[in-house]
Amino acid sequence: MAESFDYLFFIEVLTGGLLSGVMYSLVAIGFVLIYKTSGVLNFAQGAMLLFAALTFVSLVERGVPFAVALGITFAVMVLMGITVERVVLRPLVNKPPITLFMATLGLSYVIEGAAQLLWGTQVHALDLGIEDIPFEFYGVFVSKFDLFASGVAAVMVAGLTLFFRYTRVGLSFRAVADDQFAALTVGLRLPRIWATVWAASGLVALVAGLLWGARSGVQFSLSLVVLKALPVLVLGGFDSIAGAIVGGLIIGASEKLAEVYVGEYFGGGIEGWFAYVLALAFLLVRPSGLFGQKLVERV
Amino acid sequence: MLDAHYTFSALDGSTAFREFPSIPARPQQRSLTGDRAPPISLVDEPVLALDDISLSFGGVIALANVSLSIRPGEIRAIIGPNGAGKSSLVNVISGLYRPDSGSIRLNGYAFSRIPASRAARLGLARTFQNLALFKGLTVLENVMSGLAFARHSTFIGQALGLPWARREDRDARQRATAILGFLHLEAVSHRLAGSLPYGLQKRVELARALVANPEILLLDEPMAGMTATEKQEMAGFIRRTREIYGTTIILIEHDIGVVMGLSDRIAVLDYGRKVADGTPAEVRADQAVIDAYLGIARDDDHGDDI
Amino acid sequence: MAAITADRADGPDALAWVAPVAILIVAFTIVPLLGSNYLIEAIMLPFLALSLAGVGLNLLTGYAGQVSLGSAAFMAVGAFAAFNFNFRIDGLPLIVSVMLAGGVAAAVGIVFGLPSLRLKGFYLAVSTLAAQFFVQWALTKFGWFSNYNPSGVIDAPALSIAGIVFEGSVGRYYFALIIVTALTFFAWRVATSQTGRNFIAVRDNETAAKFIGVPVLKTKLLAFALSSFIIGVAGVLWAFAYLRTVEPAGFNLDRSFQILFIIIIGGLATIRGAFFGAALIVVFPVVLSRIGSFLLGDMFDSGVLDMSERIVLGALIIAFLILEPDGLAALGRRLWSRIRTKVGSPSEA
Repeated sequence: MAESFDYLFFIEVLTGGLLSGVMYSLVAIGFVLIYKTSGVLNFAQGAMLLFAALTFVSLVERGVPFAVALGITFAVMVLMGITVERVVLRPLVNKPPITLFMATLGLSYVIEGAAQLLWGTQVHALDLGIEDIPFEFYGVFVSKFDLFASGVAAVMVAGLTLFFRYTRVGLSFRAVADDQFAALTVGLRLPRIWATVWAASGLVALVAGLLWGARSGVQFSLSLVVLKALPVLVLGGFDSIAGAIVGGLIIGASEKLAEVYVGEYFGGGIEGWFAYVLALAFLLVRPSGLFGQKLVERV
Repeated sequence: MLDAHYTFSALDGSTAFREFPSIPARPQQRSLTGDRAPPISLVDEPVLALDDISLSFGGVIALANVSLSIRPGEIRAIIGPNGAGKSSLVNVISGLYRPDSGSIRLNGYAFSRIPASRAARLGLARTFQNLALFKGLTVLENVMSGLAFARHSTFIGQALGLPWARREDRDARQRATAILGFLHLEAVSHRLAGSLPYGLQKRVELARALVANPEILLLDEPMAGMTATEKQEMAGFIRRTREIYGTTIILIEHDIGVVMGLSDRIAVLDYGRKVADGTPAEVRADQAVIDAYLGIARDDDHGDDI
Repeated sequence: MAAITADRADGPDALAWVAPVAILIVAFTIVPLLGSNYLIEAIMLPFLALSLAGVGLNLLTGYAGQVSLGSAAFMAVGAFAAFNFNFRIDGLPLIVSVMLAGGVAAAVGIVFGLPSLRLKGFYLAVSTLAAQFFVQWALTKFGWFSNYNPSGVIDAPALSIAGIVFEGSVGRYYFALIIVTALTFFAWRVATSQTGRNFIAVRDNETAAKFIGVPVLKTKLLAFALSSFIIGVAGVLWAFAYLRTVEPAGFNLDRSFQILFIIIIGGLATIRGAFFGAALIVVFPVVLSRIGSFLLGDMFDSGVLDMSERIVLGALIIAFLILEPDGLAALGRRLWSRIRTKVGSPSEA
């Protein structure tokens, strides 16, 4: 161990990790929305992210004004969500969860292929007007962009929380999440709610897609962020927004810290699997995650 | 290997001489340390006894100080209104739930929790309230699986078709076929269990439980969802099982008429407590039982539903 | 995910043997005699390797119900282990290296299968991804596995079984065919034995299985071990018989998904399903590319082909899950029984 531990550097890495974790949480929240209300783990969330980012960027590059492009992309995502619910999910409504998961796997292939068929496979740069310059905060360098992203995420989470708690639609979401049959008996229209949820999830995908795209460029590998969201969901539980945030922070921070401090013993590059191993280790202690609901099996 | 020859009367009253093929000797009466328990010589000695069992989930009390004894070869019913704790009791007996306090005496040995994975070897078998068949297996295969606990061949032996593995398979198949005959299920033995109507599925579950020739058979609402005819048939099978195999049967059931006609003794639960215990005649006349079914709450009840 | 009864027919049904035997005869004689080099190199060899991988994964995911998203990792383990055994131990017959490699894959499978004792469903699927990423990273990072090749590439050795050398595309085809036939037969024997029934029991109702005395822990780990063994050998075939040179990147997540798609399309919990699925997966890109260039001419370049493949594949998965969740095997079985009732033989029990 070095004589004087470089605390400043540690804080920097930690902060960077936490902020990066927020980005993961953004993606995870999209999953949670859908899982909470329909029990489906939407593997296609990453593909939706890619589609949103690609659509937006291509429109902007063709000269469409920022706000208009945003609006169009949002409309497209909503349409996509509604179509997916109608065409893919409704026919599979009583099947076991793993069947639905595999359907979303297939769906991710369809959306990825369609996105690139439509808009091409080149890499695009996405400019949201925020420069990724570091600014200093008591000796620690923090990325301005990351802060912006966290801000957006915070606003979105606050909005969603308020929405779920205080609006009628939000209330019906929670009802459906709790007990679908009971929700039916009180007259809630399930298909409409699910369509809304998928649309909302599409919106989340849009926001996340734009942020991620601005950060690392808009290209095929964007859809792989879904793979980063899974350990987050495992840690935080698949049905908890709070869990998605906490999980994201933990994964983001541990990943960065592990890469910097432990990675050298492994020759580097452990970021690729560290999150998974961490999630796995965690699961063995708590099989339903930090915030997830424990499933009681009725015999 | 034990050979068994039995006579039994078919449902139409005719008697037939049936030879039931060899079954593996059930390693019963074995404690966890492997010693042999003393043989049961007294008829009154219970084959299973629950001593002061209590169980709660979170704050909800499922069972409170329940004591119960079951004599060998008797048909013992456990009844009570919804939420009385009947299924919890069965799950405690089968080792799926660990009681908070109290113990279970099986063949003279005390357990704080029955080890569910060893239940079959201890002579326990059961059916489930919500059907626990293996829907992807045929009826015959489901019943053969009831003998899985007695298998000693390895996957290599089975794959290579070694003599030991083949003999085990043949014996299991014979035994399963005999049980299917006993329960009049031969016609559907090669159908996928999941494709059968509900009543037949219940019977297949009974077959799977019986094939192991258990000492104690737990039936968790075996007649739920059945028509009157099906209930009569099932009652007949239950009676015959006791007659032919000498199985002790513990029965959870809602249909009081069936229970009264079928059981030797009945225990009544209400809000997790035993409120009556005796012969059908005694229980029918017991005021506490009548109160429980009419829903008259007592002063010291929590009123929690389970 | 219901099983198909065809594989569960009780006792040998004479007519049911006709199809597999006929197929084997064709495979061993007609295909190599009349098939073009292209057919063998580009279609049959990948088909054989992927089918075997599908058979392996089906034992785990179809029969035993343990979802695994990391099968390509086990293919990689098999391939690299076989390479190392063969390369580093002089005089070790290749077939022994292959079997040992399967054993290594089985051991790794057990390690990554341990979580299945606590986890189910999605959680288990996520933990199998850990295997996928970790193995790929390890094989790339530690040069020893590829004998310090800068890109992690390994080359296939000469193929031989018991002294008989298999060279040329037909030779490699026979090598693969023999191994696939043997292991498929073994897998079928396991699937129709009590072990296979234990797999299904654990899948369909673990609690009941535990109670009636099925050894649940052992069963799950055995499923992982057997499955990984077979997938490992499939990886050897992929590397040695088909591609001849291979790198860790060829065993990526897309490959894992591909094998999962194979068994979904082909039919979960059937042995034949892997073959139906692999046939479709291998053949359809070829068909698609022909149709595409026919319809769209020059516009249909490789990029467009790639993307169209993705779309069609994804759509097929969804279509099968909705319309025929028991896969092509179920369709095939319905067709077969229709033929048999027409021919007049008693319908299958």
